[in-house]
Parts: sequence; C-alpha cells; structure tokens
Amino acid sequence: MPTPEPTPASADDSAKMPVPDEAPSEMAGATAEDADASRSGPRSILDDESPRSPKSAGEIFRVFTRLALQGFGGVLPIAQRELVERERWLTREQFLELLAVAQVLPGPNVVNLSLMFGDRALGWRGGLAALGGMILAPWCVVMVLTMTYVHYAQHPTVAGALRGMGAVAGGLIFSTGVKLLPALRRNVLGAPIAFALVAAMFVCIALLRVPLFWMLAGLGAAGCALAWRRLKP
Amino acid sequence: MTPALTGSDWGGVFAQFLMLSLLSIGGAIGTAPEMHRYLVEQHHWLTNEQFSASIAIGQAAPGPNLLFIAVLGWGIGGFFGMCVTMAGILLPSTTLTLFAARWGEARRTTRGVQAFVMGMAPLTVGLVMSTGFILGKPSYGNPWLLATIVGTVVVCVRTKVSPLWLIAAGGLVGAFLG
Repeated sequence: MPTPEPTPASADDSAKMPVPDEAPSEMAGATAEDADASRSGPRSILDDESPRSPKSAGEIFRVFTRLALQGFGGVLPIAQRELVERERWLTREQFLELLAVAQVLPGPNVVNLSLMFGDRALGWRGGLAALGGMILAPWCVVMVLTMTYVHYAQHPTVAGALRGMGAVAGGLIFSTGVKLLPALRRNVLGAPIAFALVAAMFVCIALLRVPLFWMLAGLGAAGCALAWRRLKP
Repeated sequence: MTPALTGSDWGGVFAQFLMLSLLSIGGAIGTAPEMHRYLVEQHHWLTNEQFSASIAIGQAAPGPNLLFIAVLGWGIGGFFGMCVTMAGILLPSTTLTLFAARWGEARRTTRGVQAFVMGMAPLTVGLVMSTGFILGKPSYGNPWLLATIVGTVVVCVRTKVSPLWLIAAGGLVGAFLG
C-alpha cells in the first residue's frame, strides 16, 4: 500500500510507478473493461463498486475545494483520505488506478486525478468542477500571500524569512528526489543505468543548464528505447 | 517591481509554459529548472531570490504545488501574468488528460506505456533533485541558510515531520539570520 508522504505530491508519486510484477494481468483486464464500460456511460465505474457516487457538479466542487485547502505540502494524501475513506467515492484500488494513469500523463498528478475522477463521475462538467475545486480556492490563498509578500518584500525581516523558507523549499524538493532513488532499483533499466541517468540529468539541468526539451528528447528517448528492449516479452 | 514585458514577450512566455505543460512528466515542480533558466537566466525578469521566494510561497500555501507557477506569473506581470502562466501550464495537460486518460488506462500495462514510464523515471528523479539544487541558489552564500538546507534534507529523509513545520522553522531562521 502506498504511504503517501507529506512531500510535494506530484514528484513523490513517480516512485510508485507501475512495475510489471505489481501489475497483474487481471488488473489490466479489469481496466480495459472499465474503459469500455465508461464509454457507454460515464458513471459506470463508480456505480459498480464504490459505495457512493457524487450527485452533482456542485458537490464535487465542494469536496475538492475542501480537500485542496487541507493539502499543505502535498494534496495527494488528503485526496486519498477524503475520496476513499470519508466520501467513499472511490475504492482504494480505483484510487490507485486513477493515480497510475495520472502519472503517465503530463501535468500535476493531483490535477490530472481530479479531472479524470470528475470526468468519469459526471462527464466534462464533473471534470471541470473537480479541477476548479482543486485549484480556485488555493489559487486565491496564494494570490493573497503573494500580494502580502510583494507589499513587504523590501522589509528585511520578511525578505529574510522568505529566503529561509525558500531554502527549506529547496531542501524539501531535493529530499523528495533522494527518497525516490531507492524506487529506481526496481526499474527495468537496472540500478546502474538508472542512477547514471539521474546523475546525467542532474549535471545537465542543474549545473550546465541544458534546456529540458533536449534532455527529454535525447536522454529520455534513449531511456525509453532501452526500457522497451529490456521489457521484451 | 514588475518588468515591462512587450506583447511578443508575453507570446513567448505563453508558448514556453504551453510547452512545459507537455514536458511536465512527473509533476509541475520538475519544470522549475526550465522556468528558472527561461525567466531568470535568459530574460532576467525575476531574480534568483524572487524565484525561490515564489516557490516557497507556493509550497507554504495549501493546494497543489503547481500554484507556484501562479506566483511566478504574478512576479513577471501581476494578475495578467498569473493568468498567462497558469493558462499555459494547465491547458495542454488537462486537455490531453481528458482525451488520453481512457486510452492510457486501457494500455497501462502494455509494453509501450511501461517502457515510457520506466525510461522516464530516472529523468524525473534527476529533475526533482535539480529543482531542489536550483532553489537553494540564493542561500549558498549564507552559512545559516546553507545549514538550513542540509538540515531540511536530513530531517526530511529520516523522519516524517510535516513540511509545514520545516517551512515555518526556515522562515524563523531566515528572519533572524538570513
């Protein structure tokens, strides 16, 4: 079971990427069925197993606003608690499935997860409600904080405090990366190659400042090609 | 404090964030080094300090950590800048998610998707560590702040202390010693 840690959610989860031995074939069958079923009616996957379903876009919006506002330093653990345990809109397995897909797609995991959940529950209106709930209220909080910061940015104590908070933010994010390292041992590339890729990425991005696009297009493509070969059935 | 950006500058910012949205495999924070390269090093629209403060505000506030992008946008152009960067970072990935979710879900265990996920995973980790390193930049000259970074990493890797407490502690250290 995942033990979501209170670190930046999006980065943290990439550790739990689906590995072949954790993705049994019957699960693949189930997801394919779900996808078929959801084409005939967007509510099906929720009606099948989970005890409850959201009744309206407004309800989705309220719940996602509530969970987003509780998410200090990462919304994912809160999302799991609220959606699975409190609202019971998803089973734990459904939550993990959504998360696995959300990770593969570009964009923040929790944002993708909200969108997919809302879309499945009530179509695009539900998706929009979940996305809005996840983003709007925290956005307002951030805006107020930013205006306060800009107003007092010249004040030495405030500037110092923000520097200290920035230092911690840097440390927190670096730690997230450190905590993800052990997960790479399970990577099909093998630990030596995976760690070499991490090091190459760090040197090129953090020290040499190579544009991200070229790294993903070059090193990323090479990694994917190698993984593809190693995954040969 | 707001640098005057021309219309074509804004076009460039929007295009940059649209592209970053599609490159943000593994989370928005992984695109921070690229944003830093573009906004701070290439165009000098933000200082190192403003950049790190933006991320600190995004981390200290509740909600998804992609909101640091709204703060960056505010820094380069107020409310308008905020809307440009947020629209840029959200539109491609959300559109793609809406249309690709079912496709990807049905193929989650296929060789192609697995190879993509596995091949990209080390790069994601390298990106996250680079982000942390770049955010520390304004602090490397100050021994107290440098110690704060090292302390944060040690505490965060070894314990389950909530990040909120660490950020509060960092604010205190910075206020008196930064």
